[in-house]
Amino acid sequence: MTSKIVVDRKEVCDIIDRWGKNPEYVIEMMQDIQESYRHLPRAAMQQIASATHTDMARLYHVATFYKAFSLQPRGEIPIQVCTGTACHVQGAQRVMDAFSRELDLRPGDTTEDLQFSLDGVRCLGCCSLAPVVAVGKKLQGGLDSAKVGKLLDRYRKKTPQEKETRDAQGND
Amino acid sequence: MPKVTIENLSAIAAEAQEKHAAYKSILLVCAGTGCVSSGSLSFRDVLQKEIDNRELSSELKVVATGCNGFCAHGPICVVQPEGIFYQHLKARHVPELIEQHFVQGKPVEHLMYRAAKGERAIPLEKDIQFFAKQQTIALRNRGRLDPEDIADAIRRGAYQGLQKVLAEGIKAEALIDLILRSGIRGRGGGGFPTGIKWQTCRQASLERKETAYVVCNGDEGDPGAFMDRSIVEADPHAVIEGMILGALAVGAQEGLVYIRKEYPLALQRLYKAIDQAREWGLLGDDLMGSGMKFDIQVHQGAGAFVCGESTALMASMEGRAGEPRAKYVHTVEYGFRNAPTVLNNVETWASIPPIVSKGAEWFAAIGVGDVSQSPWGGSSGTKVFSLVGNVCNTGLVEVPMGISLREIVYDIGGGIPNGRKLKAIQSGGPSGGCLPESQLDLAVDFDTLQEAGSMMGSGGLIVMDDRTCMVDVARYFISFLMDESCGKCTPCREGLVAVHEVLTRITEGKGRREDLDLLEDLGAAMKEGSLCGLGQSAVNPVLSTLRYFREEYEAHINDGRCPAGACKALIRYTIDTETCNGCGACVKPCPTAAITGKLKQVHIIDQEACIQCGTCLDACNFDAVRVE
Repeated sequence: MTSKIVVDRKEVCDIIDRWGKNPEYVIEMMQDIQESYRHLPRAAMQQIASATHTDMARLYHVATFYKAFSLQPRGEIPIQVCTGTACHVQGAQRVMDAFSRELDLRPGDTTEDLQFSLDGVRCLGCCSLAPVVAVGKKLQGGLDSAKVGKLLDRYRKKTPQEKETRDAQGND
Repeated sequence: MPKVTIENLSAIAAEAQEKHAAYKSILLVCAGTGCVSSGSLSFRDVLQKEIDNRELSSELKVVATGCNGFCAHGPICVVQPEGIFYQHLKARHVPELIEQHFVQGKPVEHLMYRAAKGERAIPLEKDIQFFAKQQTIALRNRGRLDPEDIADAIRRGAYQGLQKVLAEGIKAEALIDLILRSGIRGRGGGGFPTGIKWQTCRQASLERKETAYVVCNGDEGDPGAFMDRSIVEADPHAVIEGMILGALAVGAQEGLVYIRKEYPLALQRLYKAIDQAREWGLLGDDLMGSGMKFDIQVHQGAGAFVCGESTALMASMEGRAGEPRAKYVHTVEYGFRNAPTVLNNVETWASIPPIVSKGAEWFAAIGVGDVSQSPWGGSSGTKVFSLVGNVCNTGLVEVPMGISLREIVYDIGGGIPNGRKLKAIQSGGPSGGCLPESQLDLAVDFDTLQEAGSMMGSGGLIVMDDRTCMVDVARYFISFLMDESCGKCTPCREGLVAVHEVLTRITEGKGRREDLDLLEDLGAAMKEGSLCGLGQSAVNPVLSTLRYFREEYEAHINDGRCPAGACKALIRYTIDTETCNGCGACVKPCPTAAITGKLKQVHIIDQEACIQCGTCLDACNFDAVRVE
């Protein structure tokens, strides 16, 4: 497993302090933890609960309510296919299907090696570039289903053998 | 840094203007989210480096601005003071641009805008048709200032409205009266008069002797809308000043901004602007030396459409799940922390300062209807729209209320690309509706759109061409809302699933004759029984498409046909033998290897193997793939 499952108590403590241990900012704390650990580890949730005097039940209500949170580790490179209206009318569904096929993932799932996770997201707010996909933090506009494979190749981990075959093919 | 006071604001503005005017040219590079993703920041860096290398930095100043609005043509650079507009810029254009324009004094023609290929270049921004019909109030500073520099905002007139109120000692009641007379109605979707909201909140606060809060809604959940993001990215001080004026009116000491985490650039610029405003004495314990106390905190949304609803938003700001509550008690009376709360959206807040500095009458004179007796009498001022979808000039536009849809789509938007035909215009987000071509001359204002079965909403305008299936669009919005329904009340939670099931059945060609009546029945029940606006208006996209595009539903049900060629189960892809030149571009991307053919010969799709994914349609450069 590549994900960092061990929760660094000090780091979580710093996050909680950054938001002043204020129970009104538990969403922000959880966002920071989600960013660090790519999910919400139970140990971190317990730390928030005791530092802010909030029930675990309420924290889990929040964690399962908002789209930004996940209780399972997400991929290192999150792929967010914008499914806003402008993207929809310009073929976002075909783009999503292409990612789904290429990664063999259903929207909402993560690859077994925890490299990619795939999600449909509501509007990313740059509709002029539709259809849009966010790969990690980078926005890619003007995408279509035929370009998805090439785009993914840039991010795929390559084993040494694969690199060799690729190079050999390139020399043909 | 200077502390801004009532007395020295004008002097600070004048000083900033003097420094600004000392440059021979100002190069305004758009750094809104759209242009940034097309590479405007690396262009900016190369540009700055070239200027430094040629030792021109005392003459030329590069400013990274917020969204210019003409996103379809980004990355964009506007050269002031002339207002020359350059588009589609790449790092490799930099040496040529500097040498020709700024050394030899000959603007570079091939980087300018043209209405169409082969037509003459249009050098000035103001002559481009996209900008010509616009009138900017909320977007007054878009692409004109450095959003990360408060001095630049002050140079452009920021905080003058506030200075006026403090210097002239305008009382809260007079301020509310001014907003009332301007006729401004909420820009977030509902169109409720802002002045009435403020008045009710002030009364509740006085009666209960409880300090009110002012809140800015920047959740902007509607898909296809990015007005609020652009305003915060381009001109965060407009929002801050608006909120301070609101706080003066209702007696608040604390303000909150709620912004989606999906807008990292807007968040970053807002945090920076708030910090600078504090340092300069425009937020804090002694605003502009007047003794007024007010500060702003920011909350980040975590991805829930329903949080645009006032009670859900306030629950979310208290660190809870964003579930709405019944609104027999309004949030202006019992809102955030149960105190009286004024909630306005980003665009409304950004429109307040110019109303205060230029006067209610100036604002009321723009737009349609007569708001002199009551704000309900019309729609005054301007409205920002995000014009997107199948339209040539996508981007952000601000137009006076009452302009026709035709002017927006054809004059500003430049019409439909690729020679296709206009089919519908969707407005109002998932709670809005779709209007057909026959309604193009409709005036765009709160009441007219409502009567036509759509709504103004927050300002998303999505243009759809004849390849868009309206049943599929209705299903799209319902599936969006099904995902976003919080699940608290039954009519919304279960109703959406039922409507979705019926629509899915229709798009698969399995629709029944009685389905259309069933949809209308379900819609009526949800409208009546749902707890909040999300459920009550959820069926609007279905009802409006049924009203204007009924025959398309009937074609799916009666003939098993999707006239637009969009519903996967009802179409097949073929290759036109006349057009196909055998380039082979479609062969490799096809996931099921269903396309065969020799190079330079007509290709064929094996219908057995085809999964209707549409990849060949996207891959073909010659428009040879047909949908039947």
